Amino acid sequence: MKLGKNFPLKGRVAALVLLTIIGLSVFAPLVYPYSPVKVDLNSLRQPPSLSSGHILGTDQEGRDILARLFEGGKVSISVSFLAAFFAMTVGLAVGLASGYFGGKLDTALMAVVDLILAFPSLLLAIGISVVLPPGTLTVMLAIASVGWASFARLVRGHVLSIREAQFVDAARAIGASWPRIIWAHILPQCIPLALTLMTVKLGGYIITEASLSFLGLGAQPPNATWGAMISQGMDYIYSASWIAVLPGLAIALTAFCFNILGEALADSGYDPKAGKF
Amino acid sequence: MRFAVYLGKKIVITIFLLLGITFITFSLTRALPGDPALALVGQRASPQVIAAIRKQIGAGRPFMVQYLDYVRMLSRGQMGRSYTTRKEVLKEIEAKFPNTMKLALAAMLLAVPLGVGLGFWAALRRGTRTDIFLSSLSIVGISVPVFFSGLLLMLFFSLQLKLVPPSGTGGLRFLLLPAATLALPSVATFARITRTMVLDVMDMPFIRTARAKGIWEWRINAIHILRNAMIPIITVIGLDFGSYLNGAVLTETIFGWDGIGRYGVDGIMRRDYPVVLGTVLVFTVIFIIVNMMVDIAYHVLDPRVRVLIKK
Repeated sequence: MKLGKNFPLKGRVAALVLLTIIGLSVFAPLVYPYSPVKVDLNSLRQPPSLSSGHILGTDQEGRDILARLFEGGKVSISVSFLAAFFAMTVGLAVGLASGYFGGKLDTALMAVVDLILAFPSLLLAIGISVVLPPGTLTVMLAIASVGWASFARLVRGHVLSIREAQFVDAARAIGASWPRIIWAHILPQCIPLALTLMTVKLGGYIITEASLSFLGLGAQPPNATWGAMISQGMDYIYSASWIAVLPGLAIALTAFCFNILGEALADSGYDPKAGKF
Repeated sequence: MRFAVYLGKKIVITIFLLLGITFITFSLTRALPGDPALALVGQRASPQVIAAIRKQIGAGRPFMVQYLDYVRMLSRGQMGRSYTTRKEVLKEIEAKFPNTMKLALAAMLLAVPLGVGLGFWAALRRGTRTDIFLSSLSIVGISVPVFFSGLLLMLFFSLQLKLVPPSGTGGLRFLLLPAATLALPSVATFARITRTMVLDVMDMPFIRTARAKGIWEWRINAIHILRNAMIPIITVIGLDFGSYLNGAVLTETIFGWDGIGRYGVDGIMRRDYPVVLGTVLVFTVIFIIVNMMVDIAYHVLDPRVRVLIKK
């Protein structure tokens, strides 16, 4: 999968910003002097300033907000990525089976997909996060177990459209087994599509992750996530608004870049014959 | 007549869908780690009391028996009592439901005209700065989580300008901020889909014909383009109702709005099974009814769908 020259500029810029956010979240803590979890009672709720050392200020327990933003970014982005990856893998498997074999299996699988797509997803995710103990793994599973349905629906549609194509017939004619046809001939055709949908969905997953953390179902204190930082900062919204506003901006910027990138990928279109965008 | 058959089929499917949803939710709530009997009386109660409570709420019997009991109770038009407040769940939901509807309708009233209007405007100005600006703005709209936009609105309108109260349930003054918060992502979604659909329709030959006939441009826009673009837009508006319910959960929690979203979240946090089951059921029923209304709207707007169903 290669990106052609017609890949729009806004997509490139969004990708660059995202790489910067990810790079900062992973590498900045190695050199940044403040700890994300260390409580400092001498510097409670300091506003953002360049002179004091705490560039983005401190929170209600004196913890450095920038350090917590790095840590929260690591959690939010990796949870969303893993969730998207799981959702895509399950969705690919279900979509391939459903589209290739058709019949009763297709009817049954698509009924489940419809059921999940019909349901308010956040409520379902909340339900799942409550059954399992709160934490990042739970959030990831909650997002993935709702998210696979849209991948399955999209992949199934694509499989239906290429199932009777000549290259599949040809493979069948030379005696290829069905696992081989699916694995070597149909799956590669579906992956670019699934990856595009994954990028489109990542913006929403970032927001769902933040929503679940906001409701207290994600990583537990003292660990930082962007959503939990907002819910803790809500109590000080009138006196120290930066505690809640800064992580909110981080969520919005990250989701915005993923949405722009996803749109750019989807817009630039995928040409299966050339094997590139 | 045909339409009645179609509607009848829909209702049968709906009943099965509801049974499916209750079963899933029921299994989920029974899989919860906490023991509701313990939550009810606290850790320090004597084992006898806990056993009695467990018996009273029917925990400990086989799963299927519990489930069938629950369905039987539903068929009598009851949802049981909350474990923690001992109030009837159905009565509570009946009391809170109008609040949630008020919020959702107010958000809808803001989002539909604003979203469709902005999307239409962007499509008419295709490729210009206005279009690019509106399109970027709509991506911002879907990228900001409602609990953050709600917070910003609260900060600005009630703290800085002191125009409206920050939270609580009540009349229009209380309704404005949560409704605007809930409407924001929908405005963006509607604007995006409207723009795409209007652009699709604008390039159709019949629009060129209409223009060639010398039809007044405003009439082309309103009748030829918008009506044809409206069908997919209505689908999205209907589908978006699911995200309204999602958003209502968060928005009601932030603004302290006394609706069923907040009731459900509270129920989940307190391991209050009847409350969780009840709210989930109500949410599902609302969602299904809205989808059926979308189907009916197709009939009114698009004669082609009528033909398809007759076949």
